[in-house]
Amino acid sequence: MSASRSRVLPGFGLSLGFTLAYMTLLVLIPLSTIVLRTATISPSDFWNTISSPRALAAFRLSFFTALAAALLNGVFGVLVAWVLVRDRFPGKRLLDGLVDLPFALPTAVAGIALTTLYSPDGWLGRFLEPMGIKVAYAPLGIVVALTFVGLPFVVRTVQPVLENVEGSMEEAAASLGAGRLATIRRVVLPEIRPALLTGMTLAFARGLGEYGSIVFISGNMPMKTEITPLLIMIQLEQFDYAGATALALVFLIASFVLLFVINSLIAKGSLRISRS
Amino acid sequence: MKKQHGPLDDPLWVRAMRLVIAVTFLLVFLVTPLVLVFTAAFHDGPAAFWSAIQDPVALSAVRLTILTALVVVPLNVLFGIAAAWAIAKFEFPGRRLLITMIDLPFSVSPVIAGMLFVLLFGAHGFLGPLLEHNDIKIIFALPGIILATAFVTFPFVARELLPLMEAQENDPEEAALTLGASPWQMFRRVSLPRIKWGILYGAVLCNARAMGEFGAVSVVSGHIRGQTNTIPLHVEILYNEYQLSAAFAVASLLTVLAIVTLIAKSILEWKVGTK
Repeated sequence: MSASRSRVLPGFGLSLGFTLAYMTLLVLIPLSTIVLRTATISPSDFWNTISSPRALAAFRLSFFTALAAALLNGVFGVLVAWVLVRDRFPGKRLLDGLVDLPFALPTAVAGIALTTLYSPDGWLGRFLEPMGIKVAYAPLGIVVALTFVGLPFVVRTVQPVLENVEGSMEEAAASLGAGRLATIRRVVLPEIRPALLTGMTLAFARGLGEYGSIVFISGNMPMKTEITPLLIMIQLEQFDYAGATALALVFLIASFVLLFVINSLIAKGSLRISRS
Repeated sequence: MKKQHGPLDDPLWVRAMRLVIAVTFLLVFLVTPLVLVFTAAFHDGPAAFWSAIQDPVALSAVRLTILTALVVVPLNVLFGIAAAWAIAKFEFPGRRLLITMIDLPFSVSPVIAGMLFVLLFGAHGFLGPLLEHNDIKIIFALPGIILATAFVTFPFVARELLPLMEAQENDPEEAALTLGASPWQMFRRVSLPRIKWGILYGAVLCNARAMGEFGAVSVVSGHIRGQTNTIPLHVEILYNEYQLSAAFAVASLLTVLAIVTLIAKSILEWKVGTK
């Protein structure tokens, strides 16, 4: 698909030079400070910071809430993508456009809106609270906020794939006698699996680092509803740069491992397409 | 085109159920928060809404946010064009690594992004003493806000332009050169018109994030009222002071921005032909 790359076109030196200079100044040098700063921390201090009960609780909470939100988005994202591709209903185009809202809406606005909705006297909270479901100021609130933030990822990665499998393959499976469920499981699901996994990983990675929407809804109780980015923020406010750096480094490495996984998944996905 | 029939038609109850579940999910998660923002913004009446927006502190937050976006978006557009040109049009060692590195800021938590600049320029940072000596303020001031915002919005334009330019053939550019155009003329008259909608698309997304960024800016701003507070930070302060309708009034400005962004995005998607 890709156009043939040229030796004739001008501007290689200028464009690559500017790209590298800008990226080095804005991204690479700042990122390297975190490694340099960590090098000034004694190994025992480093270990004590990242293995303190409060830090471990924050890591755990960040990981599991992001995972729960990614799984929720996996299930509902495929359903929403399916309905948007296959079904016809009034207002469909409007809803389709609205799926990107979490990308466009500032996280602080999402945070205060969701908190107000799910607080005990909020529009949704007043129904959930009597049923014993506490959302705002509880871990569940973090999952709700992260589900909102990550909602577009799965829908937008699965949607184009679903548009492409439409029709012929499924018809072929069905005409060969496969039942509807078997067709979905054997034909459609394998086709959308790489996209689904990519979308979920993106939502998960985004959820791990999310801060704006969560600070409002979580209640920020240490050991209970305190996520890692918030703990880093608190340590920065107390001028504990060493502690903040140690936590951030561990958190960053986790994120980069994720990025690596995402990229190899995408590579695998494109391999599948080029083979067929 | 033949209409779908037979084997692909699920039973009516299956279609009805998945439609109801999907639409309910979208209504609960996307529509209710939107409706709530505007309802809460006018909770104390239109007069309270206007006074919250025309408050001098709110206006200075609006100015700061616009100023930040005016610096950050053009910088990242320039970077996006340069990066996409180098990567899409030429082959060089480390090309794949460069593509991966452009996405790096997306996998860094905004709080950590802000922290990087505090480590670098803060009072206790690497360059802190040097800056203090020369009386230059970066952290808790405008330059810090601009740097942190530029960092978190760094990939937007590049990642939109890259696939677009990779899919384009180089023939028009080569023809222009053969016909005697200078490199600069070729770029302005041939290349730029072919990617202008893509640039605008990336710029719109970059702008939305730049104006709405909260975590990274929160770390570097210092929350000085009327000086280093952007719109999202002003919303936070109002909310934490229990001035709910004022908080939502100011938040509704950002929500209108988000809606305008979504509309611009779908128009541009149609123009670019990506959807």
